[in-house]
Amino acid sequence: MKFIDYYKVLGLTKSAKPSDIKKAYRKLARKYHPDVNPNDKEAEKKFQEINEANEVLSDPEKRKKYDKYGKDWQHAEEFEKAKASQQSAYGRSRREGYSQNYGAHDFSDFFESMFGGATADFSRQRTTRFRGQDFNAELKLHLRDVYTTHKQTLTVNGKNIRITVPAGIENGQTIKISGHGGPGQQGGPKGDLYITFSIINNTPFKRDGNNLYTTVNLDLYKALLGGEITVNTFDGQVKLNVKPETQNGSQVKLKGKGFPIYKKNNAFGDLYITYNIVTPKKLTEKEKALIKELAALRNN
Amino acid sequence: MEQEYVLITDFCTSHDIETHFILQLYDNGLVDIVLKENTYYLPVKQLPKAEKIVRLYSELEINLEGIEVITQLLNRIEKMQAEIIYLKNKLDLYE
Repeated sequence: MKFIDYYKVLGLTKSAKPSDIKKAYRKLARKYHPDVNPNDKEAEKKFQEINEANEVLSDPEKRKKYDKYGKDWQHAEEFEKAKASQQSAYGRSRREGYSQNYGAHDFSDFFESMFGGATADFSRQRTTRFRGQDFNAELKLHLRDVYTTHKQTLTVNGKNIRITVPAGIENGQTIKISGHGGPGQQGGPKGDLYITFSIINNTPFKRDGNNLYTTVNLDLYKALLGGEITVNTFDGQVKLNVKPETQNGSQVKLKGKGFPIYKKNNAFGDLYITYNIVTPKKLTEKEKALIKELAALRNN
Repeated sequence: MEQEYVLITDFCTSHDIETHFILQLYDNGLVDIVLKENTYYLPVKQLPKAEKIVRLYSELEINLEGIEVITQLLNRIEKMQAEIIYLKNKLDLYE
């Protein structure tokens, strides 16, 4: 467990007055509040730190204890244990209930060890909300996984949730699972669960929306004379006719061989194949002679 | 059937704010409210938006004008974030 300098977190010195603490806290809270920093995990972490620092420094009792034991907080723990053993059963159960109600898990281990969990101003206000808190989660999937509609089981706050991942979901796309967020207050509805998909592509195909792109090597002679080749698509191999005199870098479209279109049954994008013409290496003397003959024929 | 509206008075009591504040939000186009038989209701779909505004107001002590500016900027951020994701996915084509 690392010691946290709460004064430093709020940009203050130990001699700070309660009004300085309030002022510093308000200033930083406005800067890092999650509502003004959407999808910013760094800001969220910073906000928790300043919230925790304020929780301790704005409470005269806690501040006194923090100032007294500071870096030697382990001694404070021993001190608390000795003190706790003298307390009545009523006192203990009351404190435990307080901590559970207000989500002490939002605080650092350091805070928990010193104060046994507590109520931050913002946490307290959260508990009075009508609607439950929204949860955010990230789900990493491979491109192959999202080619078909499938089920996934997620664990959110210790609870298993089975969701359907529709085929064709985009990298970075967020879906809402209604009613799987935090519980509502005073009979209010539950919050929602927002899942953002991070799609890892380790296939030879590039994806742009519903279309797929890939490059296929083409033998020089087949490019010149045309013929049939077998190419890999996302769901298997197909035979493809190559036109005579095909140019390097030219593209062909295979209609309906791309990626599934999100929430449209049996609808697919297209697959674009770019030809990369490969010239032969290690030519034999006979080949060289024939190619020279061809070159001369072309130049005349 | 799922509840579609919440009484504004319930919402305000729950969040410890004045009803007048929500009406001001409505006047400024920040939330939608519904009037039914002389009673004001907040559509359930508006709750996340309304709660975010209440947090800005009560937790960060930001006034209505400030909230209006923040809301507009947050909408722009949201649009830009969606655009960044789109462009990042496009960029993958050339990597």
